[in-house]
Amino acid sequence: MKNKTDVIVVGGGPAGISAAVTIARAGKSVILIERGNFSGSKNMFGGAIYVQPTKEIFPNFEQSAPIERKTVIHKYLMLTKDDAVGISYFDKKSEVNSYSVIRAKFDRWMAQEAQKEGVVLVTETVVKDLLIEENKVVGVITELEEYYSDIVILADGVNSLLAKKLGLRKEIKPKDVALGVKEVIKLSKEKIEERFNLEDGEGSIYEIFGEPMLGMLGLGYVYTNKESVSIGLGVGLDELAKRNLKPYELLDQLKSHPRLEPLLKDGELVEYSAHLIPEGGFNKIPKLFSDGVMIAGDGAMLVNNLHWEGTNLAMISGKLAGETAIEALTKGDFSANMLALYQKKLENSFILKDLKSYKNLMNIIHDRAESFLGYYPEKIASFFKMFTTVDSIPKRDKYRSFIKSIFTDRSISELFKDFVNIVKLMLGVLK
Amino acid sequence: MDENQEKSKPTIDDKLFKVKYVPDEESHLKADNKICLLCTSKVCTYICPAHVYEWDEENKKLLIGHENCLECGACRIVCPSKNIDWEYPKGIKGVTFKNG
Repeated sequence: MKNKTDVIVVGGGPAGISAAVTIARAGKSVILIERGNFSGSKNMFGGAIYVQPTKEIFPNFEQSAPIERKTVIHKYLMLTKDDAVGISYFDKKSEVNSYSVIRAKFDRWMAQEAQKEGVVLVTETVVKDLLIEENKVVGVITELEEYYSDIVILADGVNSLLAKKLGLRKEIKPKDVALGVKEVIKLSKEKIEERFNLEDGEGSIYEIFGEPMLGMLGLGYVYTNKESVSIGLGVGLDELAKRNLKPYELLDQLKSHPRLEPLLKDGELVEYSAHLIPEGGFNKIPKLFSDGVMIAGDGAMLVNNLHWEGTNLAMISGKLAGETAIEALTKGDFSANMLALYQKKLENSFILKDLKSYKNLMNIIHDRAESFLGYYPEKIASFFKMFTTVDSIPKRDKYRSFIKSIFTDRSISELFKDFVNIVKLMLGVLK
Repeated sequence: MDENQEKSKPTIDDKLFKVKYVPDEESHLKADNKICLLCTSKVCTYICPAHVYEWDEENKKLLIGHENCLECGACRIVCPSKNIDWEYPKGIKGVTFKNG
């Protein structure tokens, strides 16, 4: 049989690279197929990568990987039309937890490292379909040729057309994905450090609730890079459809919010990009394996949106798929029965544990977006406005009217539903 | 709303001008216009982050500027009739993000 290798990995992002390098390290042959010019060329995120999970794949990555800035400030901003409430968590002393990176550089570096360890990387190649014999996946069909392998790992991203073709998952629904759009704005190192209150090499992450997506299932962000700032947002595809919104116009509104505009002033647009984010959560995870095949990363809906985690779930799921492949190769068994080990490994890891903890989150958020992402942020902002305004009105009257407004602006039954849902969510996480 | 945009604000065309593409003559996005004719929402025309889709009211036709596609897949998922035949562009074609 020509073109036969132990494992083929489809998709050269964090999941695919992690799977491939894990397999190569065990001395098995592995081909990693990437559709773009290079790894990272079709990828986009906020974004920052997390140190601990990245070290699980590349223990010394900090020495040579192209990282932008180490995160020392996490800022949570709640925007209404004219004002903003912010909470900032600042920590310089502890070990660094995340770095901002640019995927075109970072994913590319990871792929090059994987190549050094024996992964055969094939770029500019689209896998059109899977080779199936006797209901088992036995390889892939690219634009030009067929490759055979004992195992195929699908790490082909959020749209995973191959998982759909195989019947591992149903068609994705608009409410199960968010559309992310981002602009990278060039600014000098000095300006970034001055405006974001940073020292050399330090970075800041803003997580933004509210305007211009007040009451909608959507969040904004700002990340600092070495000499640019990334500003973007992710908003539920169903919200955009329902409200006839153009994503780039929302982003323009975010950029021009009075709280954010000065941060970007005189910056020059370097790049605009878009990507989908899988946000279906635990209940929308596809079947993760079948005869001769496993699925990892975004393609498997492995994103913890509440904690802004995705690349780490991709890396670790890729690694676990890789470990499973090694065991399967050692035993010469590539059946679904054998590959079920991958599911077990995921269940024993933080990946499925965390996603299970939040399995009610998406239903609740979809149901209560208008209150949790609209009514309460506005109320909090109006509290601060009341608290800081000096206008010779007795404080007692102001407090009374504020408290009264909580119960008059929103019906008691809605307030009760909000409360019940918060309790439900917390019990889901803690039980 | 578009008309009221300030001069300083980049339009979607300005934004897309910054993106690196290798365009393909053949479109990787196709739609059956007969189905588009019956569509009342035309959701693809506003949801697409690259404004790939435009409804030509005069000729009653969906115009598809596939060369601006950012390959996100939103249109495929959101189309109420599942009428968008969406494929990845050929390996050497399409968008290349340098700052994703």
